[in-house]
Amino acid sequence: MLKVRGLTRPGLGPIDLDLSKGECVALTGQSGAGKTLLLRAIADLDPNDGQVMLKGAAREETPAPEWRRRVSYFAAESGWWEDTVAAHFADVEAARRLLPALGLGPQALNWRVDHLSTGERQRLALVRLLVQSPPVLLLDEPTSALDADTAKAVETEIKKRCEDGAAILIVTHDGEQIKRLAGRRLHMKSGRLREQQA
Amino acid sequence: MNFIFLGYVDLVLASLLLLISGLLSISLRLGLEKPLGVAALRMVVQLTLISWVLKELFAMVSPWWTAAAALLMLLFAGREVVARQRRKLAGLWTYGLGTASMMLAGTIVTGLVLTTQIRPEPWFDPRYALPILGMILGNTMNGVSLGLDRLLTAVGRERVAVEARLALGHHRAEAFRPLLRDACRTGLMQIVNSMSAMGLVFLPGMMTGQILAGIEPLEAVKYQILIMFLIAGANGIGVIVAVFAAMRRLTDNRHRLRLDHLVAAQD
Repeated sequence: MLKVRGLTRPGLGPIDLDLSKGECVALTGQSGAGKTLLLRAIADLDPNDGQVMLKGAAREETPAPEWRRRVSYFAAESGWWEDTVAAHFADVEAARRLLPALGLGPQALNWRVDHLSTGERQRLALVRLLVQSPPVLLLDEPTSALDADTAKAVETEIKKRCEDGAAILIVTHDGEQIKRLAGRRLHMKSGRLREQQA
Repeated sequence: MNFIFLGYVDLVLASLLLLISGLLSISLRLGLEKPLGVAALRMVVQLTLISWVLKELFAMVSPWWTAAAALLMLLFAGREVVARQRRKLAGLWTYGLGTASMMLAGTIVTGLVLTTQIRPEPWFDPRYALPILGMILGNTMNGVSLGLDRLLTAVGRERVAVEARLALGHHRAEAFRPLLRDACRTGLMQIVNSMSAMGLVFLPGMMTGQILAGIEPLEAVKYQILIMFLIAGANGIGVIVAVFAAMRRLTDNRHRLRLDHLVAAQD
């Protein structure tokens, strides 16, 4: 579904990578190895060279905002621009339906952003992304701030998205999480990618 | 028209007021005496020089010399805009954007007033064109420099929020919306405050000058209202154009945030 060929940017690549429909691939590697750079480059958030195609359509032929709605990057640090949580959602009803799956009540939409804990921010940012149902998800440590039970709830939702046909590339340092989620494991070192046994 | 002639002794007497501030600064060790003195000296020298230049230009009534003077004023205004930035766009972009937005605003507004309300003969008569342009540029320059400074300093701080929106597939203007709003508001704050308080809290300098020079208050007020509309209009155009152009320079055609186009201003 997602095809990456010769992707480069300073500190990264060249990278070749394929993600199939419904596939969840784990991306590991030390801090500074270039995992985030790779995810950002695929989402076209930084200047980069190379070929990236979604379902046969080249990235350059798709307007950038449209590309990112389909190939969505979830940053390790979430960003907020309004005072209340609900103001960040285009479709508040869809968000309300999704909240329980990530262990949040419907009242979370009325919370003030500056009162949110790190874990709440992380889950709400994930809800914000998931309501758009992108066919490709590039997740940068989506459970890093969560306790074990909440992380499992998030994993269940990620699995469900895979079963529904989304292709997912997930950065994680948690070996158990990789076993639970990923069919394949890629390892990154000094900006280069290597396949490893999952 | 009966206006009270000012002698040089009158000006020297008025300068004593500044001397009081200087002496206070020395005795209280505020360190303001030097900048105050230098600024006052610059003001006197610059205004004296411009009075000679204006006298020559007024006598010539040449479209080319008038245009040259206007361009020079514009280039100086652009330099002032750059000097007031804490962060700058790399290269000559801040200067270019600031100058171009002021040129656009100044040309539209000055052109409009010279061809409709004031209508001197010829329309480019420097006696009318240059003072009006100067007044418009002075105010627009403040607005543009404040607006740009606000945007260029906020974008680094709000990087995560802007990128979060871009990653969600928002258009760059949408991702920048809160920053654009804030920068434009900051750029226009001064003129909004000024118009709100005018006549209640203070009487503007131009109007006071006209009244002192013997003009009827109603006539002076009419001129002041005209000038305020010109200034506010130019400010609005200049600030909005400069801020939106800077937003475009801070992004690229793939709607990426390009903080590499931003550099810290040298002190």
